[in-house]
Amino acid sequence: MKEKKNGYISFKESREIVKYNKTQIRYYEKLKKRKHIPEEEYLATMRNPENLVEFDDLHTFFFTDTGTVKAVDGVSFDIPAHSTVGVVGESGCGKSVTSLSLLRLVQAPQGQIVSGSIRYRTKDGACYDITKLPQDMMEKISGKEISMIFQEPMTSLNPVFSIGYQLDEVSLLHIEGATKESARQKSIEMLKLVGIANAEGVYKSYPHELSGGMRQRVMIAMALCCRPNLIIADEPTTALDVTIQAQILDLLRELKEKLDSSIMLITHDLGVIAEMADFVVVMYAGKVIETGTVFEIFDNPCHPYTIGLLKSKPVINKKVDELYCIKGRVPSAVDLPDYCYFRDRCDMCTDACAGKYPGFVQLTPTHKVACYLYDTKQS
Amino acid sequence: MDNEENKTAGAPQDNPADGEMNTVGGSENLSDRAKVLSPARLVLKRFFRSKLSVIGLVTLLLLYLICFIGPLFSNMTYETIDYNGAENSQSTEITYTVDGEEFKMYDITYTESINLKAYPSAKHWLGTDENGRDVLMRVLYGGQISLTIGLVVVVLETLIGVILGGIAGYFGKWVDQIIMRIVDIFYCIPQMPILLICSAILAANEVNGIARIYWLCLVLVFFGWAGTARLVRGQILSLREQEFMLAERSMGVPVRRKIFMHLIPNVLPLLIVQMTLGLGSVILTESTLSYLGLGVPIPYATWGNIIQALRDFTTLQYHFHIWGPPGICIMLAVLSFNFVGDGLRDAFDPKMKK
Amino acid sequence: MEEQVENTEQTAPVPPKKENYFITGAKKLFQAGIPRKSLYDYQNVPPTEEELKENILIVNHLKKYFPVESNLIGRPIRYLKAVDDVSLKIPYGKTLGIVGESGCGKTTLGRTLLGLYDKTTGEVYFDGKNITDYNERQTNAIRKDMQVIFQDPYSSLSPRFSIGGIIGEGVLVHKIVPRNQIKDYVINLMERCGLQPQYYERYPYEFSGGQRQRICIARALAVNPKFVVCDEPVSALDVSIQAQILNLLRELQQERKLAYMFISHDLSVVQHVSDSVGVMYLGSMVECGPTDRIFDNPMHPYTKSLLSAVPVPDPRRKKDRIILQGSIPSPANPPSGCRFHTRCPECMEICKTKAPVYREYEGGHSCACHLYPQE
Repeated sequence: MKEKKNGYISFKESREIVKYNKTQIRYYEKLKKRKHIPEEEYLATMRNPENLVEFDDLHTFFFTDTGTVKAVDGVSFDIPAHSTVGVVGESGCGKSVTSLSLLRLVQAPQGQIVSGSIRYRTKDGACYDITKLPQDMMEKISGKEISMIFQEPMTSLNPVFSIGYQLDEVSLLHIEGATKESARQKSIEMLKLVGIANAEGVYKSYPHELSGGMRQRVMIAMALCCRPNLIIADEPTTALDVTIQAQILDLLRELKEKLDSSIMLITHDLGVIAEMADFVVVMYAGKVIETGTVFEIFDNPCHPYTIGLLKSKPVINKKVDELYCIKGRVPSAVDLPDYCYFRDRCDMCTDACAGKYPGFVQLTPTHKVACYLYDTKQS
Repeated sequence: MDNEENKTAGAPQDNPADGEMNTVGGSENLSDRAKVLSPARLVLKRFFRSKLSVIGLVTLLLLYLICFIGPLFSNMTYETIDYNGAENSQSTEITYTVDGEEFKMYDITYTESINLKAYPSAKHWLGTDENGRDVLMRVLYGGQISLTIGLVVVVLETLIGVILGGIAGYFGKWVDQIIMRIVDIFYCIPQMPILLICSAILAANEVNGIARIYWLCLVLVFFGWAGTARLVRGQILSLREQEFMLAERSMGVPVRRKIFMHLIPNVLPLLIVQMTLGLGSVILTESTLSYLGLGVPIPYATWGNIIQALRDFTTLQYHFHIWGPPGICIMLAVLSFNFVGDGLRDAFDPKMKK
Repeated sequence: MEEQVENTEQTAPVPPKKENYFITGAKKLFQAGIPRKSLYDYQNVPPTEEELKENILIVNHLKKYFPVESNLIGRPIRYLKAVDDVSLKIPYGKTLGIVGESGCGKTTLGRTLLGLYDKTTGEVYFDGKNITDYNERQTNAIRKDMQVIFQDPYSSLSPRFSIGGIIGEGVLVHKIVPRNQIKDYVINLMERCGLQPQYYERYPYEFSGGQRQRICIARALAVNPKFVVCDEPVSALDVSIQAQILNLLRELQQERKLAYMFISHDLSVVQHVSDSVGVMYLGSMVECGPTDRIFDNPMHPYTKSLLSAVPVPDPRRKKDRIILQGSIPSPANPPSGCRFHTRCPECMEICKTKAPVYREYEGGHSCACHLYPQE
């Protein structure tokens, strides 16, 4: 009893959790490890043929010792072709897990895509549900059609191989009929593309000889090697200085036009989103709470959380005496009750908020918000 | 817990919120809902996740229990010799003739023999050795000494290692240089020849019995501390650069408090792992030495000197019951210590989240 | 040794406090083996009484060099000039913001003037006293007046101490309150910093970044400091938590009349909290002045480009920025002349050879750039 007061998990509860996790993990691992997955299971049709990716009611859970973490809990949004979609939210809101689900890189066996689908249109027009795709087909898509730029340029390059070797490897792996010489040419071409003047020199150097910004450029070159349809940029500039960040953002924008691909930009920085994104998805505690075009979100933010986020960031040359702040903390996504997760931090709480988790309210064809405030207005 | 409801179901349904907790408008904060594991349970949980380390732990506990409690139930000790060997009566008949008359003379000798190298029986569960002592008793008493020596040596080793390593790591500069060079020297001394010399000196000075065991411990400690010192120094060097140590400095915390309240507790988990792994290796070294006749002298039993029986070829060939049990014990103990050590390392390592 | 010292005396301008300076200077030279000239290439002017009364902290020509290469006998021959000739003043109860990119020495500056690193040269006046030559014991005694909040709330809390132990440690060491009242005192402080009292027995790993930063703040404030160095206290935190922490720091400043040195790479945060701002590049201060002046009309080209590089959460204000080329040179091998000339959009010939003088212009606005009159 004493432990319960401390907020610690009691022995009995802990055992229950372990037992539950075991059955769940076994079930999903079995599903994945089947030898022949029938084609009809993973073939899908896009809701809108203009879209490149459609997340549809995606659930990705982590079965941990402290309980089931619903990292992504019913996320739906689209990534239209040739556009940048910014996913914004605080740490732990599930934005990274969403992108990892898209590449099926969620850390197994704890992390499992539990339900929902991610429909993806490949370069040759086929449409697959990525959550159910067999592993060998997935390998063809990830890296080649969807590639990822990580947050830490320091750790995502292997320190014992030269930049050239690591770049060549990507081409050799994904481009059919690539020879060593062609891979080399391709690598140097890519390095030039990402604005590295001394491409030959960088090709021969090792990761530790480069600065953070250069490394991030190399990472981008690596990601773009196969001309992907979709680039997932997971906090690409968080580890960089402002002046370097400006360079990298500029580069990303430029490359997107050049290669005609889409970008899924994950960040917590609203400034970066405002500069880069066409569409914005705001996430909170594993759920999407507001989506819309970048102008809709920044000019007319509707969810109290989005409003709070925008107000709580100090902006240069906009003086305020005291910053607005959202009280409380982000809840951890374990065992959340069925009411609006933002309720206890919200300033605009109404009586309706006592009810179930709010559904989406369509404000304009592109602008959706999950909040009771707008439900009542419309009715 | 909600989990109970759908633990049998394959695909999870949305957990209906717990009615009790879902008091609408209550002051309960969503971010405080999540419970965490207490520090002790976190460690235990990670330890018990590895089956091997649990097996190791159980084996070790059993070994200690049996070795220390087992002998209490027997009236024999490690040096009780079983004189109740098979009775041999030997009669020799000598016939001689005196003046044509025949005389017969019987020369009968009774020998009360030692029951040596007896096979396992109800009285001697593991038989007896070449001196007629009960093997089981010797293995149990031997276990007492072997396991105790291990513990004593490792504790002393660690103590010296922590003090010297801690000083070297914290103060750095020339202190570090001196201590580490000494450690280097210890690393390049060949142990075996030195041990041979030591034992020769001990033998020449007629150090015998229990005293010899103490000396053995000291020698083992003397050669063992260097590794621990190096480990502790490395840890402290890296801990010293952590921001929390800078924070302590900016707080003006005195040096002694910094070392003993902040640095050592952070090294402790690693030390425990090191000690557990060390226990295994000390038992091995002790056995090797005893086997070579350098360790614990003969009337006393250790696992190592029981195996010494192997020198006799017939024993090796026909009397597995004499050398097998201590051998298995050594193997079990060392393996278990290693498993437990590995388990502890995983348990204490905060990076091992899985 | 004696000969060398005599030489120095001849070449260097004679410092006012000659004898004292002579001894300490020579001692330090011997310890660090630094080229003599660099130590004496400025005129050391002690602050006036008035300045001492106004400012809690005055730093004159502070330098911190880390040896990067040593010769055979262990004498350093090459240095990383992490902090090179920085002077600043912080008035009582005010905040000085320090901005700069990574590797510009802002963190080293903070730690050096707290005495966490030994300074190479330079003078530090704290609370009216010259603390330049304080030894370890004297420094420990004034430590309770100057505290620090670190950037990484994960590594700056001792992992095997409970929250109460962490916050209470300074109280215990400096005997702020009697031993039996420590718990009440700490719990009071925890509540003030937005931590629930039941966390007293908990361990740091159970907390999120924002809460840990609150713990760090509580720890720093437990000893009633007058001056706190905040070393990127919010850069590891989420936006909504950032605002909470910034507000908390501001409230505490008003309550306790604290002076802050607020180090950050985030210009918007610095603008929000600071009364005056210093901009650092490669170990030296390039511009310093009141916040309004720095942000409304920056003088140095580096400050200008920094300001324009900050992303603004407004989708309509796009792409009218100066994007600096290249990356920051290594501080172990800085460029000659003006250190910024390799990336400067307004670089002139003179910048490549001659370092500009850091001097004050109108309205307390100092700058080091050849674009402005040097004398």
